[in-house]
Amino acid sequence: MMTSSEVLLEIENLYTAFIEPEGTLEALENVSFKVFQGEFICLIGPSGCGKSTLLRTLAGLLPPSKGEVRLRSTPIKGPERAAGLVFQQPMLLPWRTVAENIALPLELRGQSPAERQQRVAELLEMVGLTGFETSYPQLLSGGMAQRAAIARALAQNPEVLLLDEPFGSLDALTRERMAAALLELWQQLRRTVVMVTHSVEEAALLADRVVVLSSRPGRIIHIIPVRLARPRDPNLLLDPSLQSVVRELRQALKQGESPDNGRKPSPKT
Amino acid sequence: MGWHNKKINGQQHPSPLLYLLSLGLVLLLWQGALLALEDSARRFILPTIAEVVTRFLKLLGDGSLVRHTGITLLEMGLGLALGTGTALVLGYAVAHSRFLAHLLEPIIVTSQAMPIVALAPLLAIWFGPGLVSKVLVCALIVFFPILVNVSSGLNHIDTGFQQVFRLLEATRWQRFRWLEVPATLPAFLTGLRVGGTSAAMGAVVGEFVASSAGLGYLVKQGQNLYDTPLMFVAILTLTLLALATYGALGLIERQVLKWRCIGKT
Ligand SMILES: Nc1ncnc2c1ncn2[C@@H]1O[C@H](COP(=O)(O)OP(=O)(O)OP(=O)(O)O)[C@@H](O)[C@H]1O
Ligand SMILES: [Mg+2]
Repeated sequence: MMTSSEVLLEIENLYTAFIEPEGTLEALENVSFKVFQGEFICLIGPSGCGKSTLLRTLAGLLPPSKGEVRLRSTPIKGPERAAGLVFQQPMLLPWRTVAENIALPLELRGQSPAERQQRVAELLEMVGLTGFETSYPQLLSGGMAQRAAIARALAQNPEVLLLDEPFGSLDALTRERMAAALLELWQQLRRTVVMVTHSVEEAALLADRVVVLSSRPGRIIHIIPVRLARPRDPNLLLDPSLQSVVRELRQALKQGESPDNGRKPSPKT
Repeated sequence: MGWHNKKINGQQHPSPLLYLLSLGLVLLLWQGALLALEDSARRFILPTIAEVVTRFLKLLGDGSLVRHTGITLLEMGLGLALGTGTALVLGYAVAHSRFLAHLLEPIIVTSQAMPIVALAPLLAIWFGPGLVSKVLVCALIVFFPILVNVSSGLNHIDTGFQQVFRLLEATRWQRFRWLEVPATLPAFLTGLRVGGTSAAMGAVVGEFVASSAGLGYLVKQGQNLYDTPLMFVAILTLTLLALATYGALGLIERQVLKWRCIGKT
């Protein structure tokens, strides 16, 4: 457990509701947890339970209706540069090359081309895209595009990397490779990560702790520590020790699905 | 078959040889029509190719063709600049202010339905037979396709991209410079190509209504004097002008939007 290390993010009694013409839609209810420096957190939960909402709140894109989110004890009040968010879609600008896309955060901060070039080369190397700097994103495979998106998020040197189902749109094999690459990247960087995923295997392989949310409105039903030794190896996916974590996560997820089927998309409350 | 498909979807450019072939076809039809017409009648309505070429060279030699073309070009250019500038400013305003959008939308829709050329006589009364009235007709014709394209282009920027820029705490200027301009450029250039090509029409209509120079004036003059070779020369020059505008804008589009052709199959 990482209790000894410093608290990076503190989510306290977070309640988020969307006011719609048809009524109020509660997305998150009473969510509280802490994220420690250098920790890898996975968020899992039924579809529509508010995982993206939670991540957007952590990025400062969405103000909480009630409660508070603090980064190093300072409440997050607006878009937060210390948080690097990667969406389910890579969201690379099609008129910029891979290198130019990764350089965007640096450019907006007014770094000189020379400074940028060096940093971009490092980042490309980090995500294994060296040699693709002058390619346009349209030419990249889904997995490569998503790695470029991760590199762009890392370019701003965020204290916490927020990943919203970054591999959701990839095929199973690529997805597994990406998870392995992310594992290696994280073990190298030791950056704090909060990642939403639908795959319990991915969560078990990558996370230090898995936060399990109930169906909407999302409440935390479990925070499950993954007691698998670090550094981990992607081959662990086949290991019985990981399989038992996976079983545990599945069990927890089942509990969170309310009997009257919370997955109904009906926005009425 | 493959050739045909390529030509229709506009991805591949037909070879110059084909242009020559279609030109030859037109000249052949022309010559055929001359033969079919009676000798007395054809003098008035259809000049021979040789007559047109001779007239063209003569007008070119005494500098009058250049002068008239220059005037029409000036009207087109100023109209294009004025129409584009106004459309860009208003397009941006409409896309960013709900109030302005609601205020201007009915006006824009109504004026889009209005045939602009019908305004030309009115503009001639208001602004006289000089340069201004033609520039205004051109500008109005250019204005709407660009305005519509730009404001809808701005409105359709992916919200994901906008969140990326918000997250990076981009300033308004940065968002404009790095997101809105490049994202809207394709739509803008489409509008510009449509508008730019019809700018020639605006200038000619303006000159028809009231003028003392310009290619439209030459056409009108030719009509009054039954001088069909003159009309042919002026019309062909106008066509070349519009084609050149279209070609130049297309070239700019390909240069600026290189990224767009990539990855498209
Ligand atoms: N901006 C918004 N306005 C109104 N309702 C919203 C908004 N964003 C999300 N919601 C609603 O909040 C609920 C939670 O959405 P959210 O996207 O956070 O779920 P999720 O857990 O990420 O789902 P998924 O697994 O499908 O990605 C959904 O019912 C959604 O319709
Ligand atoms: Mg989501």
